[in-house]
Amino acid sequence: MSAQVERHSVTTPARTGVWVGIAAIVLMVAAFTGALVVRRTQSDWIHFRLPPIIYVNTLVLLVSSATLERARGGGAVTPQRRWLSITLGLGLLFVVGQVLAWSNLVNQGLFLATSPSSAFFYVLTALHGLHLLGGVAALAYVLGRTRQAADRGAAGALDAATLYWHFLAVLWLYLLLLLTLQL
Amino acid sequence: MSHPATAAPAAPHAHGPPQSFLRKYVFSLDHKVIGKQYLGLALVAVCTGMALSWLMRLHLANPDLAIPGLGKLWPNGAPGGVMTPEFYLSLMTMHGTIMVFFVLTTAPFAGFGNFVLPIQIGAEDMAFPRFNMMSFWVTFLAFLVLVSAFFVPAGPPISGWTAYAPLSAVGKDAGPGQGTGQLLWAISIGIFCVGQLLGSLNFIATTLDLRTKGMTLARLPYSTWAWFITSVIGLIAFSVLLPACILLILDHVAGTSFFIPAGLVISDTLQPHAGGSPLLWQHLFWFFGHPEVYIAILPGFGIVSQILPVFARKPLLGPRVLIACMIAIGFLSYAVWGHHMFLSGMNPFSATLFSVPTLIITIPATIITLLWIGSLYGGKLHFTTAMLFCIGFVSVFVSGGISGFFLAQPSIDVYLHGTYFVVGHFHFVMGVAAMFGIFAGTYYWFPKMFGRMMNETLGKVHFALTFIGVYAIFMPMHYLGLHGDVRRYSAFTDEYMKGSIPLHRFITVAALFTGVVQLLFLYNLVRSRFRGAPASDNPWRATTLEWTTSSPPPHDNFGGHHPVVTQGPNEYGATGQAEDYVMQTAPERRPGA
Repeated sequence: MSAQVERHSVTTPARTGVWVGIAAIVLMVAAFTGALVVRRTQSDWIHFRLPPIIYVNTLVLLVSSATLERARGGGAVTPQRRWLSITLGLGLLFVVGQVLAWSNLVNQGLFLATSPSSAFFYVLTALHGLHLLGGVAALAYVLGRTRQAADRGAAGALDAATLYWHFLAVLWLYLLLLLTLQL
Repeated sequence: MSHPATAAPAAPHAHGPPQSFLRKYVFSLDHKVIGKQYLGLALVAVCTGMALSWLMRLHLANPDLAIPGLGKLWPNGAPGGVMTPEFYLSLMTMHGTIMVFFVLTTAPFAGFGNFVLPIQIGAEDMAFPRFNMMSFWVTFLAFLVLVSAFFVPAGPPISGWTAYAPLSAVGKDAGPGQGTGQLLWAISIGIFCVGQLLGSLNFIATTLDLRTKGMTLARLPYSTWAWFITSVIGLIAFSVLLPACILLILDHVAGTSFFIPAGLVISDTLQPHAGGSPLLWQHLFWFFGHPEVYIAILPGFGIVSQILPVFARKPLLGPRVLIACMIAIGFLSYAVWGHHMFLSGMNPFSATLFSVPTLIITIPATIITLLWIGSLYGGKLHFTTAMLFCIGFVSVFVSGGISGFFLAQPSIDVYLHGTYFVVGHFHFVMGVAAMFGIFAGTYYWFPKMFGRMMNETLGKVHFALTFIGVYAIFMPMHYLGLHGDVRRYSAFTDEYMKGSIPLHRFITVAALFTGVVQLLFLYNLVRSRFRGAPASDNPWRATTLEWTTSSPPPHDNFGGHHPVVTQGPNEYGATGQAEDYVMQTAPERRPGA
């Protein structure tokens, strides 16, 4: 038995929490992916082209990850609030873009119940969008806390929010790949 | 509760003592209050679930029986007080759902885990108190949504707690309660998943990050290990059930066809769906459903492993083997879900693939059982009520586990799966065993929760009668199953089945008797809460951290200081000193050294 005496946290609870949350989201997406793979073998699966705007959205989301890193300024103690606000704005822009993608599908006559392929498109993008709104809320929270310069807890919160935000970008790339290959 | 004025929380996650009534008792952030709230919810749920089982048992004993008042409450389901077969099925569905989700998951895992885990690791609270509060209230909301299915015109769903598609997905054509009732079921379980995910997240982060000085993984109490492993299993299981519920809800309300195949005719109506896979629901459900069995039972493993050495005054045998076995069970629980689906037309080779890990999972379970029995051997046994329920746990777990050997083999399961044999099996191994764990935990931690002792004499009578009662209920069910009594039938009135009615009546009497015996427990609970003898800090002479603080603990658990751990949780039977045990915080060397 080791005689370890220091407190055992090698990481902050916020960071651990985000990692555990990421694990849960990955498993959820895995379940949806499994359902999609089973479901696409049936004859009523319609192939359709993804709305072009989602490639623009993808770019917006990737740029937001970069601006978030810019806000953190390579490990500066207080984040640059301007870049943080830009990141938040880009996140909201992404969500608006996704809604436009939905209206594009509706104009094509592809509704939730039209085909399992369109159903999965709506379900997966909605799932991602909701989680992204959670990320936007987290960034807004960090932005609120950085208003007081002396708030030391803000750094930990930003650290956790950043991890989550980058994960959402990676998750979107996976979903885009899945949808491109399967729809 | 006492709140020392100096108990200012130091860690950034902590929160000050609550001031208002609402913050103190209702929307509390304190893990101890949330744990009690979960236990309270489980108590309400278990009474509801048990009342439903009584109604079912009464009907099985006498299918023509008019139950007074039932006709008034549910004129459609029980005209004149005599229930219809469909209403019987809706009772069965609600009984199973309430018991599995709102009793066997909430009490041993969320309830006791919330109250005890942070104290056992020397933390002031959970890592995310707000998530913790949300976890409870979301679960409570899920319970309300589920119970509201009783009050919609067509009544609760009739598809069982497993809600097999496509009948659960097509809506009201599939029978009474399959419309709104089934939709409420799916929404409720979806919400429940969110609550348990929040809870699991908290348990994992708390155990990893908030352990006090010296609390290495090797010194972690066994109950905390069990809750931690359970939370990992729960995180995976509920992450899969949630998407399944979302897809089921969409099939209901949005006209999608995830689970509904083409050309399906139900009640002479061609369903306007195409191409879905009913089997997909079964896979998603059981990928959650089998691990759920371990979510219910692993906390019981932890509770028993924690309590047995206390009252045997002897260290638990092979604690590392115990933990390794619990982890192995956690892993294997994800490889066996297909054994619930042997009847689904599964390829026999696939069935073998699921059968083998199912048989393998009995190995760690058997090892754990032998460790418990070995720990009792040569101990100075103190037969407190908590101890008796632990020993009872081992008994019913073994009884239920042995029938598992039969059911794990597809060739036998094909004949037994649809019968009472399975009902007897899972009620023993999952239901009663987990309940005994809950009882053991209640008698053991009640003094810490409320600062008062429970009445031991009443407790022992409660144990003895309950122990006899559950065997009288569930043992004969194995025989009924072998005899061919099909489960989910509301009555056994045809010529071939008539012969089993006397046995069904016996079971009904035993169920009513065992239910009435629980009033002793309720009485003991309420009376001890207000009139029980005051409890000392450490009435059981146990070693873990919750027994180093006052009963009940102050708001921040340790009155402003952080305990420092120097010992493992297993130091019983020490010789050559005043006490025969060493607290985890004791400065001395290990006993015998």
